[in-house]
Amino acid sequence: MLPRLGYSEEADLPRSGVSCIVIVEIHALTKIYEGKQRVTAVDGIDLSVNPGEIFGLLGPNGAGKTTTISIATTRTLPTSGSVRIAGVDVVAHPAEARRYIGVVPQYNTLDRSLTIYENLYFHCRYFGFTHAQARQRSDELLAQFLLSERRKAYPSQLSGGLAQRVQIARAIAHRPTVLFLDEPSAGLDPQSRMAMWNAVQGLRKEGITVVLTTHYMEEADALSDRVAIVDHGRMLAIGSPQKLKETFGAQTIIHLTLRHLDAAESVAAELRLRPGVQNVELAQDSLRVFTNGAEGLLTDLIQAASPLGLRDIAISEPSLETVFIQLTGRDLRE
Amino acid sequence: MNNPQPSSDSTLLLKTFFGLLLRDLRVLSRELGPFLLRVGMQPLLFLFVFTFVMPHMAGGSPLASVGPGFGSVLLPGLMAVAIMFSGIAGVALPLSTEFGVTREIDDRVMCPAPVMVVALEKVVFSALQSIIAALLVIPMAIYIPATPVYPDLHRWWLLVLVLVLSSLLAGALGLAIGSSVSPKNIGLVFSIIVVPITFLGCVYYPWAYLDKIRWLQIAVLFNPIVYISEGLRSAVTPQVHAMPAWVVLPALLVFLYVLGRFGLRGFLRRVIS
Ligand SMILES: Nc1ncnc2c1ncn2[C@@H]1O[C@H](COP(=O)(O)OP(=O)(O)O)[C@@H](O)[C@H]1O
Ligand SMILES: [Mg+2]
Repeated sequence: MLPRLGYSEEADLPRSGVSCIVIVEIHALTKIYEGKQRVTAVDGIDLSVNPGEIFGLLGPNGAGKTTTISIATTRTLPTSGSVRIAGVDVVAHPAEARRYIGVVPQYNTLDRSLTIYENLYFHCRYFGFTHAQARQRSDELLAQFLLSERRKAYPSQLSGGLAQRVQIARAIAHRPTVLFLDEPSAGLDPQSRMAMWNAVQGLRKEGITVVLTTHYMEEADALSDRVAIVDHGRMLAIGSPQKLKETFGAQTIIHLTLRHLDAAESVAAELRLRPGVQNVELAQDSLRVFTNGAEGLLTDLIQAASPLGLRDIAISEPSLETVFIQLTGRDLRE
Repeated sequence: MNNPQPSSDSTLLLKTFFGLLLRDLRVLSRELGPFLLRVGMQPLLFLFVFTFVMPHMAGGSPLASVGPGFGSVLLPGLMAVAIMFSGIAGVALPLSTEFGVTREIDDRVMCPAPVMVVALEKVVFSALQSIIAALLVIPMAIYIPATPVYPDLHRWWLLVLVLVLSSLLAGALGLAIGSSVSPKNIGLVFSIIVVPITFLGCVYYPWAYLDKIRWLQIAVLFNPIVYISEGLRSAVTPQVHAMPAWVVLPALLVFLYVLGRFGLRGFLRRVIS
């Protein structure tokens, strides 16, 4: 489904006319917070999100994910660069852009003075629905998100998982073209997280494009068609999880935690020569051995590392985490 | 190229505004009791003590000797206070919490209208509450005092004008306070701004009576409440000497413009970073 496009000025026409099929178009986006100290939160991000896609922005805390989303959803003004939502420039025409946008922010922003039903109902009214339309849409959403029994509850009476579901329902109530989810599973228990993932995947059937941010690589991996890895406001890589793993991190990483690191460099040099070992890196208190498969190598590694006081061995199977380590030399959790 | 129908855009704007107003009405309807108590308690007690209890005391109240009946002085004054306090309670308090930890305002800010519409709706809704609060004082002034105080409604057009402008002004002040003060400090602002400007707002005495304290008479001209009280005074109790309408109305407009701009600017700064 193509969004309804409305333009008042020639200059704002999308490059490819009505047939533009990019839902979110971010171009050379930067955001510098001028404060006591200058923070470059977003540092030249370019990306486009296609219709129907679930797109993940993956990066550690402080990477600039929330700032990027805030700019795309008209809540923060960029320092330079542009964002177009369904062809509408968010800085030039924020009110119009908001028609196409649904947002679930990082924190619970449900209206505490209204019931769950009323949260949905009034959201629809803000978007110009008539009373009958708003009532019908709210009932429909309550059923779809299995919330009908709680329609009269107030947000303060809901668990985190349930509140998150109401927020998603509310965000799509006006049938936006694109839904932005900022850290949707932060603070959710594993069960609610699964329910949320299902809900998000269900949106695909409705043709809603989804942009989500996360610092859980499992989440990015499980949900996204494409992932952009961001760090320090820059985009390091973009592609499907499969492609990213193939390009950057098709390797298993064996972490050897050591007591003594004095001789670690020479051991690393020696290990690098072994067949099956792609690379060895020195981290804070450990060696990272990059390999195509751990089998057969472990005993050798244990022997080689024992003189250094081997304390622990951990194996990371190829995942977006190994991609991230490959790209930044850091752990996503660090 | 497909142009948007301009009419559909402005209809959406109206619908959005109406939706926001409906939301606030729904919330208010849930707490109608507390609302009426909040706006009614102060004028009720004031009238009871100063125009019923005092006159019944032996020797009468010393206040009763002030000019043409203290009740007539109080009626417009209490209406002014009611307008002010609903403006603060109707916008500043809720806005301050909605901006605070819960960020509840976010969903309304994301509605498909300029952010300013959300702020204007707050001001308009608060003005509605202020008007109700002010009108509630009229029957109280008739039924509570020992000698009933009847408003003079001959200049009803002036009453309407002053009421509307003052209520919008109070809403604008509420917006300015609500979007620039954290919930933690809102009580403090109440005591250091709202209470003083009310007491020095020619609420309990006409402005003309300040002529013996010239510096104060001039200083209070910077206080918007003075024009609210004096405007209402010249509308409903013409027997009490008050500032003429041609001074009051422009002054109210100027304060409305200044506070409105300040409030809108503060609101925009809070929601767009
Ligand atoms: N309003 C703000 N003022 C100043 N600095 C900010 C502001 N918001 C975010 N930052 C800084 O910008 C950087 C990126 O933050 P953010 O976009 O929230 O990252 P993420 O969502 O990926 O964790 C961080 O260093 C953060 O401290
Ligand atoms: Mg964030």
